[in-house]
Amino acid sequence: MARVHRDVGVPSWIFVPAAAGAVFVLLPLAAMVTRVEWGSFFELITSESSREALLLSLKTSTISTLACIVIGVPMAVVLARTEFPGQGFLRSLVLLPLVLPPVVGGIALLYTFGRRGLLGETIDVLGFQIAFSTTAVVMAQTFVALPFLVVSLEGALRTAGRRYEVVAASLGARPTTVFRRVTIPLVLPGLVSGAVLSFARALGEFGATITFAGSLQGVTRTLPLEIYLRRETDADAAVALSLVLVVVAVVVIGFARQGRTAL
Amino acid sequence: MKRWCTTLAALLLVTATAACSDDDPDSADPGGDGGTTLTVFAAASLTSSFEQLGESFEKSHEGVQVDFNFAGSSDLVAQVQSGAPADVFASADEANMDKLTADDLQGSDPELFATNTLEIATPPDNPADVQSLEDLANPEINLVICAPEVPCGAASQSVAEAAGVTLEPDSEEQSVTDVLGKVTSGEADAGLVYVTDVITAGDAVQGIELPESASVLNSYPIATVADSENADLAQAFVDLVLSDEGQQVLADAGFGRP
Repeated sequence: MARVHRDVGVPSWIFVPAAAGAVFVLLPLAAMVTRVEWGSFFELITSESSREALLLSLKTSTISTLACIVIGVPMAVVLARTEFPGQGFLRSLVLLPLVLPPVVGGIALLYTFGRRGLLGETIDVLGFQIAFSTTAVVMAQTFVALPFLVVSLEGALRTAGRRYEVVAASLGARPTTVFRRVTIPLVLPGLVSGAVLSFARALGEFGATITFAGSLQGVTRTLPLEIYLRRETDADAAVALSLVLVVVAVVVIGFARQGRTAL
Repeated sequence: MKRWCTTLAALLLVTATAACSDDDPDSADPGGDGGTTLTVFAAASLTSSFEQLGESFEKSHEGVQVDFNFAGSSDLVAQVQSGAPADVFASADEANMDKLTADDLQGSDPELFATNTLEIATPPDNPADVQSLEDLANPEINLVICAPEVPCGAASQSVAEAAGVTLEPDSEEQSVTDVLGKVTSGEADAGLVYVTDVITAGDAVQGIELPESASVLNSYPIATVADSENADLAQAFVDLVLSDEGQQVLADAGFGRP
């Protein structure tokens, strides 16, 4: 704080609400740590149901993040690099899951991909069943996490501008080559941070999953669902698992910061 | 570290509550408009019956307003334990009432006022043609039940055990309303829910009676809460629930007599 330069100083009072904000965020986490039963901590987080929940969470979040990249990158490019009527409106719609309560997303998915949903019968004919499967978890996570990737990447694309792409094209590069060799390397930091945000959001997903996918150990019961269920009977286990989720989230954020500076 | 955190937390809490109470007088305070508020914490399955009884109570007690907090019994008892301002607590099972009495937070001795049993619920057209508990053991059908950690799940396990049937659920939900939701939306072919839930759901589900469940009664206890500022009113509400009128309302909703 003492290193703030005189000529560009921030008003000194601003530290008070800023510190209050930091306390507001950190205190609940500290309070949770004080409630952890360290004696049985390891035992609680390595029980079979806990391990399965953690593995399922990591697995589904990874797949969802890949799905977000596969469909989110083209969406961001279309939004940032093209112009068509109704684009602003379309952008708002794509970002909707960002502000929608996840449980609403779950209901929407249910009425689309559920057995009696819009596409339910078609999917049934194809021989799949999405209901109560791990696929449903991945779909719920992808639905809520996608806007994070699209927003980050679209911002990065706009900031990067089109100069290098124009130069590459004028030198004879075809659009796919420009996209692969110029656009993507240019916005890679934005893509990485967007992907990390999506992963973190997928990892914490609860509402859409419990509404759309159900809850069964090893199949659809991810770590947040496991924590919520354990709270019913075993508060110590719920707290221990919450701490695991916090640690995973911190590691993910740390990784993202590292990645950004390295790139 | 721990002490430091606790002190800071307490300090913040005190400041926050102090700030709030300036313009928001305590709801139990019979000042202002001269009204009194009775706060009833009740299990989610009691929603429609208790709302009806609440209206009746307000009619017979001039100037009294009854506020309800309907949620899962374990959530409710956790809230009371952390100091939520409740006057009456009605639980969907005895285990959660025991948590209250273990902390000596009851104002009156808990009394049983209703029972509930399980029933099979299927979508109205019963697509998997479920007729009995044995049918639920078929892994082909999409079965949804409550997780064993919550009261309805514990009851489901007992019913299945008593009948010697091994259930293979596709999902173990957090609450009976989640099970019902999966059935009404057609995602599940069958679910185990309470008789009262089937009645509340009306045409949205078909109920199939379970003779096996008669041995697994879920009993609902009610008690006043120790720190109630309206102890007499709280007791009056408990009395109403236990009265003939209260029992009739509960019977209409499908509850059994204890």
